Amino acid sequence: MDKTPQNETPTDVNEVGEGVPAPEGAASLIDTDYVIGQDNITPSPLGINLDIHGKVFAISALVIVFFVVLTLALQAEVEPIFNAIRGWLTSNLAWFFLLAGNVFVLLCVGLIFSPLGRVRIGGTEATPDFSYLGWFSMLFAAGMGIGLMFYGVSEPMSHFGAALGGTSMENGVRTDWAPLGAAADDVAAATSLGMAATIFHWGLHPWAIYAVVALALALFSFNKGLPLTVRSIFYPLLGERVWGWPGHVIDMLAVFATLFGLATSLGLGASQAAAGLSHLFGVPDGNITMVLLILGITAVAIISIMAGVDRGVRRLSEINMVLAFLLLLFVVVVGPTLMILTGFFQNLWSYAVNLPALSMPFGREDANFSQGWTAFYWAWWISWSPFVGMFIARVSRGRTVREFLIAVLLVPSLVSVLWMTAFGGTAIDQFVGAGFEGVRDAALELQLFVMLGELPLTAITSFIGIVLVVVFFITSSDSGSLVIDTITAGGKVDAPKPQRVFWAIIEGVIAIALLLGGGLIALQAMAVSTGLPFTLVLLVGCYAIIKGLISEPRD
Amino acid sequence: MYNRIMVPVDLAHVDALERSLQVAGDLARHYQAEVCYVSVTANTPGTVARTPAEYEQKLAGFAQEQGQRHGRPASSRVFISHDPVADLDDILVQAVGEVGADLIVMGTHLPRRLDAIMPSNGGKVATHTNVSVFLVRPEHA
Repeated sequence: MDKTPQNETPTDVNEVGEGVPAPEGAASLIDTDYVIGQDNITPSPLGINLDIHGKVFAISALVIVFFVVLTLALQAEVEPIFNAIRGWLTSNLAWFFLLAGNVFVLLCVGLIFSPLGRVRIGGTEATPDFSYLGWFSMLFAAGMGIGLMFYGVSEPMSHFGAALGGTSMENGVRTDWAPLGAAADDVAAATSLGMAATIFHWGLHPWAIYAVVALALALFSFNKGLPLTVRSIFYPLLGERVWGWPGHVIDMLAVFATLFGLATSLGLGASQAAAGLSHLFGVPDGNITMVLLILGITAVAIISIMAGVDRGVRRLSEINMVLAFLLLLFVVVVGPTLMILTGFFQNLWSYAVNLPALSMPFGREDANFSQGWTAFYWAWWISWSPFVGMFIARVSRGRTVREFLIAVLLVPSLVSVLWMTAFGGTAIDQFVGAGFEGVRDAALELQLFVMLGELPLTAITSFIGIVLVVVFFITSSDSGSLVIDTITAGGKVDAPKPQRVFWAIIEGVIAIALLLGGGLIALQAMAVSTGLPFTLVLLVGCYAIIKGLISEPRD
Repeated sequence: MYNRIMVPVDLAHVDALERSLQVAGDLARHYQAEVCYVSVTANTPGTVARTPAEYEQKLAGFAQEQGQRHGRPASSRVFISHDPVADLDDILVQAVGEVGADLIVMGTHLPRRLDAIMPSNGGKVATHTNVSVFLVRPEHA
């Protein structure tokens, strides 16, 4: 790749925007006449001052209300439609999701080793805003903390069980859900394949999806001086048109995906936490418990939002990181320690060996697995990517691209491997070694607690498990509200506080409405469907990253 | 009595600051004090500036202009924050020491019910600093 910065474009450092100085140290700003917030309106309802992007805010709000009302009123009618859309996407376009996922991973890994990895986010002299611990904790809390809690036990068990069951054919079509060619009646091979398949879904690919969005946003905001909002990624492609309707639509889509992704997760998460509470303490597992949980989570999230990123999300994320680490350490020490430690390397190896076959977009024989699991996961990660990516972008200023990718791609992937090995491996070991079938037979949301029930100090560890789930939801709700607020304020991060509170409340209200009225699963299907347009956004993001990085000065 | 007056300003809302700027200028002349204009701005691109460095440049120009208008020496200082809305009060309190100010003149809004959960910045700064604070309210108070 050419090492000299491109100077033939009018975006040369010294001539931009009649002398807009570079951020910190050299960077290649984009020359635009757009003033951030120029399309904003500042109404003051009830004496509360607001600062919002009129079109994005108003239309997003209307579309959201429309979909919630539609889902509540015509639940029986819309549920099959939303599910059909999701089903059609994940089965007919599975190849597209898988192929795109591979592109993202290859781009990220390639950038780590390329000279472009030396570009620093925020200019050559920029210094990081957060310590490694705070930064890393936030990456994890926003990205997949909650998922690891729920699927850490259940997903390895599912794949292990399916692989052990072997393949079954009906009319020339595979009817089993096993990954690849399964491993009938071979416990060791089934364990290895099950772990590889799980790690595949929680390893490099999801984090590469987040990294692409985050890197593109960070680059175009901190180095190029464009507003911190999803449309800025499209500047290399659309130019000044991103400030008009094409940009509005992109931003609205991001708001839609983020809000519905969060609200449905909040609703589903509350039902899972309630199940855990009733399993542990005999709390009635009903609507009241769930509504109270959502109210509590929303209330704490609002307090955290008011306290700001530094005292709110960062602090909660660090607390959670410590708790999660303690729980992990406990399972490693009290569980089958040697099996977990050797398993870590075995699973990593098994992941590496099976990666090419698992990520192959074409000619798959395990349609149920590659469409029902992998493509669904990819669509789900991608629909979350504007939210997680934008939050990661915001806290990553001052890091080099290489440092950023190692921290966002490689480190979390390794942590996922360790986590899945410890939690899933212990559950599989209980099943294989002790013949304990409790985990396999338990409901999805209870599998973690049933696994912990076989270890000592059950009450304490299960309680920590519930606390972790709840706090991960608080940090998600919190960072999600920050992101939605920034997008609907035209990229301003300093819009008035009540706006953030508004979005946190809306998330809670939608979650409660759908929980009581039904339709959470339907709306989640709709949120997953936004994965398709966002895959295109991400592919444009890849192009924008390369184009943007080439024009940047390097350390 | 006062040697250095700190005036928090937000360049995005200069028109709303006119009264406090006038008060600060008058006091500076009266006490032969110098004025330091401070801002807290986001590290992301914003309305006033697309980079923190650009904001610094604009605030320096603003301070110079104010200094000429009031005939007192003026300086400026920009504090960068990743969450300016939430961190404003803390940064201003910390700025008092860094700037070496012995009087703060800042604009504030009228007391309102919302203050119970979201107190005004002026009020919060006043409760957390040892120096004198002059809160300038809007004209129709």
